[in-house]
Amino acid sequence: MNILELTALVGLVSVAAGFLGALTGLGGGVVITPAMVLLLGIDLHYAMGAALISVIATSSGAAAAYVREGFSNIRIGMFLEIATTIGAVCGAFAAAKISPSILGVLFGAVLLHAAWISSRARPAPRPGETDDPLAARLRLNGSFPTPEGFRSYKVSHVKTGFGLMFVAGAVSGLLGIGSGALKVVAMDRAMRIPFKVSTTTSNFMIGVTAAASAGIYLNRGYIDPGLTMPVVLGVLAGSVLGARLLPGAPTMTLRRIFGLVVFVLAVEMIYSAVTGKL
Amino acid sequence: MLSDRQVDEIVGALLRYGVMLSATVVAAGGIWYLIQYGTTPPGYHIFRGEPEYLRHLRGIVSGIPGFHCRRMMQLGLVLLIATPVARVAFSVVAFMLQRDRTYVVITLIVLGVLLFSLTGIH
Repeated sequence: MNILELTALVGLVSVAAGFLGALTGLGGGVVITPAMVLLLGIDLHYAMGAALISVIATSSGAAAAYVREGFSNIRIGMFLEIATTIGAVCGAFAAAKISPSILGVLFGAVLLHAAWISSRARPAPRPGETDDPLAARLRLNGSFPTPEGFRSYKVSHVKTGFGLMFVAGAVSGLLGIGSGALKVVAMDRAMRIPFKVSTTTSNFMIGVTAAASAGIYLNRGYIDPGLTMPVVLGVLAGSVLGARLLPGAPTMTLRRIFGLVVFVLAVEMIYSAVTGKL
Repeated sequence: MLSDRQVDEIVGALLRYGVMLSATVVAAGGIWYLIQYGTTPPGYHIFRGEPEYLRHLRGIVSGIPGFHCRRMMQLGLVLLIATPVARVAFSVVAFMLQRDRTYVVITLIVLGVLLFSLTGIH
């Protein structure tokens, strides 16, 4: 295989990942690394570097559309980014100290979590519950547009959410992924932020979190331009295509298919890691 | 005085143009790279790490006059990394104009962490 053929293969995998990621709303970044490592035999560090950069591209591209719709909450995002960026820097430093087989097992665990999340239906919205005084002080409470006009919401458990965001950031820096699923869990479950606001704000935060580890990855020599080029361009093309087709797509079926693909990759990843193939 | 809505509009445009610019630079470098090296074998099976000139901004930028394809793609990727950083930097200014002191401080902390990662001692 020469560089041209490898570039075409990596590009195809990336278009598919970006396409499914946009259609299912789960982000394709998490499947690119295992696909490159398991199918194309690329070293884990190079794959992580390329996937991390592609995450910045899709997050920024999608966030550009979301912020204009008025769903994402810039104050929640910015406040929680303190936790995710510090976590990401810690994770990126740790990535160099941890052996590839342990990274592989961790990666498999994160994939299993993503598979589980994607196979379930979107949770029903809950009424606003306990009020956190810290949320009011930080002006985190907001409103979002619905067909019946703006609906306001209150944010709970700010400290728990902040702590979970540190973990999400560390996982992102450690594995070179966006860890959007973990961010949504922190905002949706712990902080009781409405689902649509959680997902769009999470998307908005992913690019900043990834940028925090990208500097360290670049310095460590994880980012190969020749390999990252088809990943970034492929994921961008795939996600633009996916976003175009989004209205009318059979979302639940796609989520199940995506969940199954992620599950198979998770098992393969853990198997390769345990048998010392990484 | 900027309203939250106007800030959102500017942030959206900043992100969109940042991604478009970097994708163009990466694609241009990529075409040149494939023409030059397309038929050579890749070497990604073992991690060796990138050469020193692709790890720092100075080395990447020094390749601009010579139209060095790998440096050009890397420059596009650095522009992509810089896009969310520029977004955070703009938010500092926006919160200043809104006289929201708490958020000026919060945003400066985030910007500080990002700049540490990009330029800090490793």
